[in-house]
Amino acid sequence: MAAEKAEMDALKKECDGLRAQIEAARKAVNDSSMSGAAGGVASVGRVQLKLRKTLKGHLAKIYAMHWSADSRQMVSASQDGKLLIWDTFTGNKLVAVPLKSAWVMSVAFAPSGNLVASGGLDNMCTVYNIKAASPKTLRELDAHTGYLSCCRFLSDSEILTASGDTTCCLWDLETGKQKIIFTNHIGDCMSLALSGDMNTFISGACDSLAKLWDLREGTCKQTFSGHTSDINAISFFPSGNAVITGSDDCSCKMYDLRSDQEVIGYQDTSLNAGVTSLALSNSGRLIFAGYDDFNCHIWDSLKGEKVGVLSGHDNRVSCTGVPEDGMGVCTGSWDSFLKLWN
Amino acid sequence: MSGSSNIVAMKKVVQQLRLEAGINRVKVSQAAADLQQFCLQHAQQDPLLTGMSSSNNPFRPQAVCSFL
Repeated sequence: MAAEKAEMDALKKECDGLRAQIEAARKAVNDSSMSGAAGGVASVGRVQLKLRKTLKGHLAKIYAMHWSADSRQMVSASQDGKLLIWDTFTGNKLVAVPLKSAWVMSVAFAPSGNLVASGGLDNMCTVYNIKAASPKTLRELDAHTGYLSCCRFLSDSEILTASGDTTCCLWDLETGKQKIIFTNHIGDCMSLALSGDMNTFISGACDSLAKLWDLREGTCKQTFSGHTSDINAISFFPSGNAVITGSDDCSCKMYDLRSDQEVIGYQDTSLNAGVTSLALSNSGRLIFAGYDDFNCHIWDSLKGEKVGVLSGHDNRVSCTGVPEDGMGVCTGSWDSFLKLWN
Repeated sequence: MSGSSNIVAMKKVVQQLRLEAGINRVKVSQAAADLQQFCLQHAQQDPLLTGMSSSNNPFRPQAVCSFL
């Protein structure tokens, strides 16, 4: 008993020492402020995007949306129990996928455009072939012990999921089995994003931490703290060297991966609503963040200033996405509509 | 009382912290400069920043055709 307690105390002491070491190392490289460094950069001025289309069709709250790699099709998920695949150029609905479980929280389009995946309170990730004559269930990935909060395809044969059971998981779609389970978060995982080279991914969780993972080794490489509540949204900066997070603490943050720390925060005393979703413009200069206040606010990522707002939804903005060609922004809301802006 | 499983868990925490403590860190001034440079270099390829003509806009309202 006493020996165990002594060992435990020694380990705790080592933890505290290591944490202090990390903080000191971060402080040692913290020689500048991002907003200060951006003093010489020209302002983007007021960013005024126009509403181009409102996509109507869902009958209940929209929880998630994801652009296809072709920057034209887009899939949305609603708790009316349907996934809808849209041609955003015409506004037409191309495919409707009826869900076994209406409690959907996430949806993803495979890069090939052949498959979509969704999941939610059923704790499963279901993959559908949408190129078949009528949507066919390809796989039901069933191993998480908590809700499915986010999913992203690497290809038609691999998918990454994040779950309320605090883990993320890489699945083999040919076998339907888990390949790697990523454990380290101590709160529900809410969101994930894949790096461009697909060697790493980032996750945000209810433990208010963001983590960078090695996709092939299964290890957590870096942990970013600072938020004071659940991280609901996470995205890579297009260069791959930084990560943007959005949280229930009403702020967004940018963490630089190479400096291993927060380099700038995006918050405003007038904004008292949680961030639900976020997406970046192609240069990384603009951050589109969806909030519980029914708006999508636009931030200048370098200067940390609010530069615009997308207003029009009648309820919480639950999802936001910019297509690969960067030609617009899509917002989805609990008001059951999707809106396209540019 | 699973004291030893607590120790196993704690050892994992220590191992993870050792991993995270061991990385090289770049100065924030360098990181900020690189992020800035990326934004500026790619600004012209960012349609949401630069705007676009209505003929290039994939989401523009459809032109109305009328039969004469």
